[in-house]
Amino acid sequence: MMSLLGISSQALFGQLLLGLINGSFYALLSLGLAVIFGMLNVINFAHGAQYMMGAFVAYLLLQFAGIGYWPALVLVPVIIGGFGIVLERTMLCRLYRLDPLYGLLLTFGIAMIIEGLFRYGYGVSGRPYPIPAALQGGYNLGFMFLPVYRAWVVVASLLLCLSTWFAIERTRLGAMLRAATENPVLVQAFGINVPLLVTATYGFGVALAGVAGLLAAPILQVNPLMGSNLIIIVFAVVVIGGMGSILGSILTGFGLGILEGLTKVFYPPASNVVIFVVMVGVLLVKPAGLFGREK
Amino acid sequence: MLEAASPLLEVQDLHAFYGESHVLHGVGFSVFAGEVVTLLGRNGAGKTTTLRSIMGIVGKRRGLIRYRGRDLIGLASNRIARLGMGYVPEERGIFAALSVEENLLLPPRVAPGGLSIDAIHILFPNLKERRHSPGTRLSGGEQQMLAIARILRTGAGFILLDEPTEGLAPVIIQQIGRAVRELKRTGLTLLLVEQNFHWAASIADRHYVMEDGRVVDCFSNDDLDANREKLHRYLGV
Repeated sequence: MMSLLGISSQALFGQLLLGLINGSFYALLSLGLAVIFGMLNVINFAHGAQYMMGAFVAYLLLQFAGIGYWPALVLVPVIIGGFGIVLERTMLCRLYRLDPLYGLLLTFGIAMIIEGLFRYGYGVSGRPYPIPAALQGGYNLGFMFLPVYRAWVVVASLLLCLSTWFAIERTRLGAMLRAATENPVLVQAFGINVPLLVTATYGFGVALAGVAGLLAAPILQVNPLMGSNLIIIVFAVVVIGGMGSILGSILTGFGLGILEGLTKVFYPPASNVVIFVVMVGVLLVKPAGLFGREK
Repeated sequence: MLEAASPLLEVQDLHAFYGESHVLHGVGFSVFAGEVVTLLGRNGAGKTTTLRSIMGIVGKRRGLIRYRGRDLIGLASNRIARLGMGYVPEERGIFAALSVEENLLLPPRVAPGGLSIDAIHILFPNLKERRHSPGTRLSGGEQQMLAIARILRTGAGFILLDEPTEGLAPVIIQQIGRAVRELKRTGLTLLLVEQNFHWAASIADRHYVMEDGRVVDCFSNDDLDANREKLHRYLGV
């Protein structure tokens, strides 16, 4: 068996894969946060709760309607995104003229209410969600065992991230979004319905969180606290990448996931804090984050 | 002939506010189809606020703004733009995150008859050469050309132009003047805010003078010489 510095290749690549999977979730969630922050100037603290809701909606669809993973891949983002749109239209939209802190407080409160409701309804123990039949099993690659579902999560997350990046940076709709981020008043004066664009953007960012929840459900089990466990790390990722940077949040998400995985191999005690150590270091050197622009 | 006599844009008793401060105090004027009309006045007289009020992007406004028979007060700015009103802001509003081409293509077409990209590149050759650069990498003059060009593409029939020559070199001002005269020939209507009075006189049909949030005088470009002394007093030049 191959080994490196006394560490077996199984352990090394196993942790690397785990890091990539965590990175997939970091990237998807921080991407949604970045998209929302760029357009709405709102730090969406409900993002973790919306991710958890994505997993729960998938679980409930399966339990009560017999709707499986593949239809859920379409339904979950639609339902969670729709929930986001209602939230934005009824509450968030009233806060844009105020300090961004109000948006943070509102979404923080909403996150607590959502989590509280799900804890009340379902307790704190995890509920299993089966891996879809087509993605069960795995391959022995010789140097490691690769479960198909985990590979799928990484690929799906990469695809979602890259298509989002493409849509924002390379299409006409994306140009409208970027312009509206810079100067919403002028963009609206050109005849573009900016409030609609804002609502759609929030819905899209929240839908991304919902999809991430669905992708996570078969791996992590469905649990009302799964969002709050993850969201703190995701905010650290966002701070490191630079608030509002699309490509930055994708690269930092995957990069930090891998770094965390490698730390688990080489110095396990540090694996829980390594991201925060990096955050401190980055903040000291580049306060706007690795890919952020100083204001 | 009655239709020809009614103005394309009519503003009456227009008041506008930024927060608590009352900036316009009953502005009134009109612009007829195919005219180039300027608003003259010192800094702070309310010229830019008048344009912003027409476009629907001031905090609060009241009074009458009638365009093609429709009252614009109460309409959101995107609806006003869709009626064929094009806005070129004083600060030009070129987007840093967009390339020159993306900036040019950003405003949606609001009416048929806008300039094609080829026609725009003939009018402003610099924009073609630099179409892949970030918008704000352009020189001030090129940014002004881009700000005008992107509105010309939309087919807007009425253009609000705020200080197009501010801070530009004489040769660029001449180029922009040629473009504006060209547009006038095609039948566009322009409402122009301008500090550079001599330039304004070379392209405008009529002038309104603003002072302290009101229109205080009006004369045609042909009567300019007779009013020159009065005008110098208004503008403090």
